[in-house]
Amino acid sequence: MIQRNSGRKADELRPMSAKVGVVPNADGSAMFSFGDTVAIAAVYGPRQLHPQHMQDPSTGILRVNYDLLSFSVYDRKKPGPSRRSQEISKVTQWALEPVLDLKEFPNTVIDVQIYILQADAGTRTAGINAASLALAHAGIPMKNLVCSVALGKLDQDIVADLDKSEEDFEGGEGPTDFPIAKIGTGNDFSLLQLDGKIQPERVKEIISLADVTCKQIYEVQKKALKEAFQ
Amino acid sequence: MDSKQISSSEELNTNVESKKRKLVVPGEVIVSGDDYLPGEGARRDGKDVVAGRFGLAEELGRVVKVLAITGAFIPKRGNVVIGRVVDITFSGWLIDIDYAGSGFLPLDESPRFVSKSDMDQFLAIGDIVVAKIWAVKSKGIDLSLQGGKGLGKLEGGFVFRVPPARVPRVIGREGSMVAMIKEKTGCTVTVGQNGWVWLKGPTVDAEIKARKVIEFVADNVQLEGLTEKAEEMLG
Repeated sequence: MIQRNSGRKADELRPMSAKVGVVPNADGSAMFSFGDTVAIAAVYGPRQLHPQHMQDPSTGILRVNYDLLSFSVYDRKKPGPSRRSQEISKVTQWALEPVLDLKEFPNTVIDVQIYILQADAGTRTAGINAASLALAHAGIPMKNLVCSVALGKLDQDIVADLDKSEEDFEGGEGPTDFPIAKIGTGNDFSLLQLDGKIQPERVKEIISLADVTCKQIYEVQKKALKEAFQ
Repeated sequence: MDSKQISSSEELNTNVESKKRKLVVPGEVIVSGDDYLPGEGARRDGKDVVAGRFGLAEELGRVVKVLAITGAFIPKRGNVVIGRVVDITFSGWLIDIDYAGSGFLPLDESPRFVSKSDMDQFLAIGDIVVAKIWAVKSKGIDLSLQGGKGLGKLEGGFVFRVPPARVPRVIGREGSMVAMIKEKTGCTVTVGQNGWVWLKGPTVDAEIKARKVIEFVADNVQLEGLTEKAEEMLG
C-alpha cells in the first residue's frame, strides 16, 4: 500500500464542508469543499430561455456553466470558456439532469453557474455536489440529491478523493482518475469518467468504494440543507 | 394514525415552527406505510412517501405534502400578484410578474370598458398593477382584474421585493402581520404572491419604517414570536 502524502487511509475522503445560501441574489446557492478544493454554485430560474429556438414546450431545460476562476490555480487561468470547461459543464449537466423533473416549467431554463474558488483536484465532483445542493436550495422539484467523488488508483491501490499531488503521481502504473456521481444513496450512477489505466475486474472495487464514500457525502449535503433553517 | 391527524384549525397554520412540520431534503423518506397519500412535492416509492423537493413536510390527515421555503416564484391559479406593465398589444397588456413567462392581461378582463384606441389611458407602460392569475398555460400566464377587491392600478408609493417563498410569513396568519404593520405605521401595503410589495405611507419616515419591518420579517421567517419582535421594532 502506497503511503498517501496527506496521511489519509485509502478510502478516506478529505475533510468536507458544505453551506447553502452563499449567494444572496440567486434563487438558490451552495458551497462545497473537499479539503483545498472549493466550489460554489448558484441557481437562477426557472426563467425565460433565450435564444428562443432552444425553448422546449414539453419541459424546462437545465443549463450548466462550470469554470475555474483565474486565481484558483497556481498559474493564472485565462478567464473565459475553454475546451476543458465546456466539457465539464456538459458532463455536470448530464450528471444532474436525471434527478430533475422540469415538466412543470415548459419553455423555461434553469441556469446553474459553478465556479471553482480554489482548485486541488476533484473540482468537477465538488462542483456537482455544490450544484445539487444549490438546486435543492432553489426549491426545484428533484428526485434526490446527487453525490459525486473522484476515486482513483495509485499504482496498484484503489484510493478515494485524489488531491493534486496524487494526480501527478508518477510511480508504478501511474495515477488513474475515476470521477463518479451517484443519485442519492441508491444504486444509480449519473457520471462515470475514466482517465488513466485500470483492469476491468478492478472497476468493481471502484464501484463498491463509491457506495461507501457517497454515503458520507450525502450526509454532509443533508446536514448543510437542514442547517440552513435552524 | 389518530395522533397524526391534524385538526382543521392547524391546517390553516402558517407557523414555520409548528411541530407537525419537518424540514426534508429531496429523496428523504417522510413517512412509511400504505395509509399515506403523496401530495404536492411528494411521491410514492414502494412503501415510502418520499420528498420531491427541499422544504417543510407536513401531514394533513393521510395526505403528505412538501411546501417550498426557498426559490423563485411559481405561479398558480388564483394567486394575486403585483406586476409592471411592459407592453401594450392590440388585445391587452403584457405584465412583468417576475416569472419566466410574462403575464398577459386581456382587454376583456379590465373592470370597465376601455377603448382600444386609448388603452394607455387605463394602464400605461411602467404602471404598477395588482392582478389575479386566471390561468397558467405553457405559453404564458393569463391575468385578470375581475373577481377580487384591491385589484387594479396602484398610484404612487413604491415597490420592493422580498423572497417569494417568504410571502406567507410577511402576510401572517389571516393577514395579521400586514394588518399590524398597516395599523402601526399608517401605510397602505399590498403584498403580491410573487414577492413584490407595494407600499405607500403618509410620510417618508413611515414608509422607511414599514419597509424595514417587512424586510426584517422576510429575513427571519424561522424565528419564534416574530409578530412580537416586529411589533417591538415598530415601537
